[in-house]
Amino acid sequence: MLSRTADHLFWMARYTERAENTARMLDVQVQTVLLPQPAENTQMAWAGLLGISELIGDYTRQHGAIDPERVLDFMVRDPANPSSILSCLRAARENARAVRGAITSEVWETVNQTWLELQRMVASPQLRRDPGSLFEWVKHRSHLSRGVTSGTMLQDEAYHFLRIGTFLERADNTARLLDVKFHARQNDFHGSNGARGQEYDFYHWSGVLRSVSGFEVYRKVYRDVITPERVAELLILRADMPRSLAACMRAVAAHLREVANPQSAETQRRAGLLNAELQYGRLDDILDTGLHAYLTHLLERINDLGAGISQDFLAA
Amino acid sequence: MRFYDEMATEGGGVRPHYAQYAQWLAQQAPDAIRAKRDEAELIFRRVGITFTVYGDEAGAERLIPFDLIPRIIPAAEWKYLEAGLKQRVCALNRFLHDVYHEQEILKAGIVPQPQVFGNAQFRAEMMGIDLPHQVYAHIAGIDIVRAENPAGQGEYYVLEDNLRVPSGVSYMLENRRMMMRLFPELFSLYPIAPVAHYPDSLLEKLHDVAPPGVNDPTVVVLTPGMYNSAYFEHAFLAQQMGVELVEGQDLFVRDDFVYMRTTQGPQRVDVIYRRIDDDFLDPQVFRADSALGCAGLMRAYRAGNVNLANAIGTGIADDKSLYPYVPKMIEFYLGEKPLLANVPTHLCREPESLAYVLAHLPELVVKEVHGAGGYGMLVGPAASREQIAAFADKIKAHPDHYIAQPTLALSTCPTYVDAGIAPRHIDLRPFVLSGKSVSIVPGGLTRVALTEGSLVVNSSQGGGTKDTWVLER
Repeated sequence: MLSRTADHLFWMARYTERAENTARMLDVQVQTVLLPQPAENTQMAWAGLLGISELIGDYTRQHGAIDPERVLDFMVRDPANPSSILSCLRAARENARAVRGAITSEVWETVNQTWLELQRMVASPQLRRDPGSLFEWVKHRSHLSRGVTSGTMLQDEAYHFLRIGTFLERADNTARLLDVKFHARQNDFHGSNGARGQEYDFYHWSGVLRSVSGFEVYRKVYRDVITPERVAELLILRADMPRSLAACMRAVAAHLREVANPQSAETQRRAGLLNAELQYGRLDDILDTGLHAYLTHLLERINDLGAGISQDFLAA
Repeated sequence: MRFYDEMATEGGGVRPHYAQYAQWLAQQAPDAIRAKRDEAELIFRRVGITFTVYGDEAGAERLIPFDLIPRIIPAAEWKYLEAGLKQRVCALNRFLHDVYHEQEILKAGIVPQPQVFGNAQFRAEMMGIDLPHQVYAHIAGIDIVRAENPAGQGEYYVLEDNLRVPSGVSYMLENRRMMMRLFPELFSLYPIAPVAHYPDSLLEKLHDVAPPGVNDPTVVVLTPGMYNSAYFEHAFLAQQMGVELVEGQDLFVRDDFVYMRTTQGPQRVDVIYRRIDDDFLDPQVFRADSALGCAGLMRAYRAGNVNLANAIGTGIADDKSLYPYVPKMIEFYLGEKPLLANVPTHLCREPESLAYVLAHLPELVVKEVHGAGGYGMLVGPAASREQIAAFADKIKAHPDHYIAQPTLALSTCPTYVDAGIAPRHIDLRPFVLSGKSVSIVPGGLTRVALTEGSLVVNSSQGGGTKDTWVLER
């Protein structure tokens, strides 16, 4: 397969996944701020949301103080923000259009249709009244796009590069989400005191779980109250949890093996190592390192892996 | 001016091959048809069957309007057309081989030498290069129009040969798919010849002309990229043939062989169906500023290690100033009488013709010799006095840049317009494929000028398309 084609497929999948994750975070955010709580908490939550995508600087330069409606616009439909849902889905569609011969008509039509409908939706007044329905829709389109990919595409290189893009992006997003959410409750775990504080904690952690479709999974796995340690364990080490780091890296390593070429040995090794560490890791060791330090290092390695894939397969 | 209508007879009746359709149409509720039109537009948009208009806002994608009423060609007419088209394309390929080798036709004085050597479309770089099966124009789009002859019958004329990178075949295929989806019942009513095998036929021809000794040739489609107006078609054909769609940046030349960059390392390329003009193919030989082509391609081509479809330098045969000589080429190379007529053409470079043209501008259609896509032409009967005066100045300044033809009474076909159904002018572009042999998929792209009275069918000028039915009996 052409290197350029692989590159477009990889990024098409990454942008689709990124749009979904942004929608997930915004969805939970919008629901959370409806709860009664001190103003500075909501303020912090919006800032934290921008922090996940490293966009606080960009936002304040353009819009100044944190204002929920402006943050929402910035993250949903600002064409100048490369991480907005609009920009991500446009980029996904442009990448798909560049290689529409390498994907099935069904995949192309799904991606194209998403873009056509999104333009209409972000222009509608409905967005202000009920932003949740847009986030719901973005998630559904992402589900559909993945489903139509696995349901119609030959499992050749094109398919593997799409999957690598999806899981690498998801790993990156999950790691960022965890890092910021744990940071928001300072000292990793012992942020809040008193009954009110514990109540906030519950909503904080259940919000994190819901943003990765993990709330029901958590109940099923632990059958117990929500504790930050278990949230971390679920989202980092549980390979059967589809949005966990372990699940993502297992998929990345497996799909990378399928496309191996003479120069990709080092990238394969690094992906394999990271995968093994997550499959056999223990939460206690991670906490000993410090969660923030651990996640920062992990994000660097995910980033490196992306660069290695680009160099070995996509640049040629 | 009288127009030949494809469906209606002079006395208000319906031609026999449209009878069943007319009956069917009369039974359709207007609402149902409107719903079908909306459905068609929705599907075209979702599938992304769009084209880009140059000079429009950057990257704007538009739909080509699709008309629901088909253009029907009876079996006997098609048989004649098919024979005429094959004859013409054979002669054109013979001419191209000749002009880049012995130049017999020039020596015989049938085509004047200055018409060839003074023409920018003549590529001296092609002299003496031997191509597989001596085919230059593997894909030819021949523009056909129909007008009433003195006997009151519709007669087909060749308006123009397109031998460089003719486009439009994807619309022929998608229009058929759309009609089958919207009106399946019509396909049991009529014996309509299928067209869906065009990509297979094309791939077969491309395999035919692979460099000698290559058994399982790697074919690619070379596109200028997704912002080109015909990008949809490039991607569509690559996908339908199951070959890679490449851009110039994906190719490189080493030791006079062409390779593409793949995830598994370099892979040799044997046949390039290129959808890029000659000028942009190789910056080492043609335009140095081209980022669309591949440096060294011409060397590999000369060495016979790669073949290009179409060949470089085919423009010398479809240039509007060479067009008047095509009937003579047919007689010279094939010893046959041309089956399809040319439109009478005045070359403004000849002083008598120039005088005639300038005196009769309001009746004539004047075209730029190197123009394409309906840009830079004058349709005399539709032009204002000021436009005609301005155009006359342009012709006087560069007579050799222009040819003129009588305004043809292009045939009309009933078409959906805002007010209902009305006759609109149409043309036809069948696609002729040449490899070891010559073949034509029964059909073509029918373009329709949607503006009342307009004779310009180009999509860049607001034209639409119709499905074209060739009847099997």
